[in-house]
Amino acid sequence: MTLIASNLTTKGKEEFFLNDISFEMSPGKIYTIIGRTLSGKTTLLKTIAGLIAQDSGTLSFNGNNFDVIPVWKRQVAMVYQQFINYPHLNVFENIAFPLKQRKVDLAEIKNRVQQAIEQVGLEGFEGRKIQALSGGQQQRVALARSLVKNANILLLDEPLVNLDYKLREQLREEFKKIFSSKASEEAILIYSTTDPIEAMQLGGEVIVMDEGKILQQGSAKEIYENPATTKVAEITNDPAMNLVDGEISGKKITFNNEVILNLPKHFKDLPDGKYSFGIRASGVTIDKSGFPFQIELAEISGSETFLHLNNDQIHVVGLLDAVKNFDIGETVKVSFDIEKLYAFGSDGILMSSPYSGTK
Amino acid sequence: MGTFYVTLKYTAVTLWSMFVIAPFLWALSTSFKDFNSVTSGATYIPWVDFEPTLEGWRVLLRSPAQGGVNIVEPYLNSIFVTSLASFLSILLGTLAAYALSRFTFKAGFVKNDDITFFFISQRIMPPVVLAIPFFIMLGKLGLLDTLLGLVMVYVVLLMPIAVWIMVDFFNKVPVEIDETALIDGCNPIQAFIKVVLPNSIPGMVVAGLFCMIFGWTDFFFAFILTFTEVQLLPVAIVSLNSSITPWWSLSAAALVSVAPLIVVAFIVERYLSKGNLSGALK
Repeated sequence: MTLIASNLTTKGKEEFFLNDISFEMSPGKIYTIIGRTLSGKTTLLKTIAGLIAQDSGTLSFNGNNFDVIPVWKRQVAMVYQQFINYPHLNVFENIAFPLKQRKVDLAEIKNRVQQAIEQVGLEGFEGRKIQALSGGQQQRVALARSLVKNANILLLDEPLVNLDYKLREQLREEFKKIFSSKASEEAILIYSTTDPIEAMQLGGEVIVMDEGKILQQGSAKEIYENPATTKVAEITNDPAMNLVDGEISGKKITFNNEVILNLPKHFKDLPDGKYSFGIRASGVTIDKSGFPFQIELAEISGSETFLHLNNDQIHVVGLLDAVKNFDIGETVKVSFDIEKLYAFGSDGILMSSPYSGTK
Repeated sequence: MGTFYVTLKYTAVTLWSMFVIAPFLWALSTSFKDFNSVTSGATYIPWVDFEPTLEGWRVLLRSPAQGGVNIVEPYLNSIFVTSLASFLSILLGTLAAYALSRFTFKAGFVKNDDITFFFISQRIMPPVVLAIPFFIMLGKLGLLDTLLGLVMVYVVLLMPIAVWIMVDFFNKVPVEIDETALIDGCNPIQAFIKVVLPNSIPGMVVAGLFCMIFGWTDFFFAFILTFTEVQLLPVAIVSLNSSITPWWSLSAAALVSVAPLIVVAFIVERYLSKGNLSGALK
């Protein structure tokens, strides 16, 4: 029951939607595809569903050529970022639709639909029209319809992106529970998102995509600790990982001749030279013994404050673990936690990370 | 301020309603008058201003030999031609519009928008330009002065309206609904019939209403393409006119001819008011 993609390529007029994509996915796992908008996530999901035919490459499932099977015969379910349901049907009929289409016995339809309704917490809404539901409820209906099929492959294309923050948080937790039971049923779950936090929270296997290419694939922990390139580091962090050009010379790291840091232990094997240094916002904070930076913007987010800092040519985002107001242009002292520094080569490839040292 | 606004609103609605209803009331009143009541100055209220008579209405049922214009047959002809032509226009127009909305067509520089414009362009030309080709074609087919010939011509004239309305409608329906139906096990034809079509009823109703209005009120082609065998209602009504304009019969005929459209409008009103796909996407 393995899904194997080999060199999938789909090209538009000028750009690639999918560029030589290869992967192997096994049942019982959640695969989270993370990438910016237009990175090829939806194209990949629609290719797996059979809605888009790739220009070249092959897709096989369970050892069989998947490409020759039309959409309606593939055992695939999909939830879109828009709340796609059938407006002319009520909640029960919406969820029962794929089962009726497969001519499942009526008693079994009733049983399975009721189960799916309970799974997504829509008890009592069976007779409601779709238009009479809130956005979150509509998305639950779409999810229930995808679950009721017991499909071999469940595709979720940014299902929470159009919901408000609170509901997103709530549904994310519920999705995790539903997915863990679904995953145990030997299905392949593929979840696409632009949100790094969502990707990390869902756990499982993470696939990082950009411009139609897979940049890195691995466990959420692995990608967090060792982003393969600067691009991956930017995509998988929110805010994006700070990247500052600098050099290592004589046991010191220098950023723009102004910020001079001691060389951390995990950099000891790196030869002197120019690098792109990466550090997450959590590694940049206010400290009296630090370097002077001006505040460009202070964003309060929950119980934290993100500081957009500028020192001549160095622009970084720092994190203050408290809520505090700052004046724009105010000068503050900023320190860098050298134990959290990453080093990337001039080609953007990871050279050294705080978690696994120098490559 | 609130009371003033409500008063203003109801006054405006009342004035507008009077403006709309007045011609109907005038026609209704006139249909019960005779020659003397019409020509002796403005009279409004039956039994007070004038003695009502059913003569205007009787003329519509009398045969020409009895000095009337029997509109029953033209009436039924009009219902048949308009209904069948509208139905075929909606059927063909909906299929064409769905294809134009969902699939990409390209033949040289001709693309989807150009094809849609081609349909609409049939309505841009003045009717008189189309009359001669239609006349010649129907003549060659032996369909001049027949109901079938008229149906064919009206389909040509009405289908562009259906295509135009339905392309716009389908463009607003998210393609993801079609895709979801495919994923849920429908083949493309089932997806169209089971999902797209039921959700397109409001658009089809609007298009159908427009087709019926245009078809029902057409005089020009009904006049040019028929002679003695077949007559449609607008032509029959015009034939009421003689050396003396019979305002009473014309008024009765006008009321009779507008009645089906009013009935249809009332029946489809609930679809018109929800002519969108709320709930498909939020």
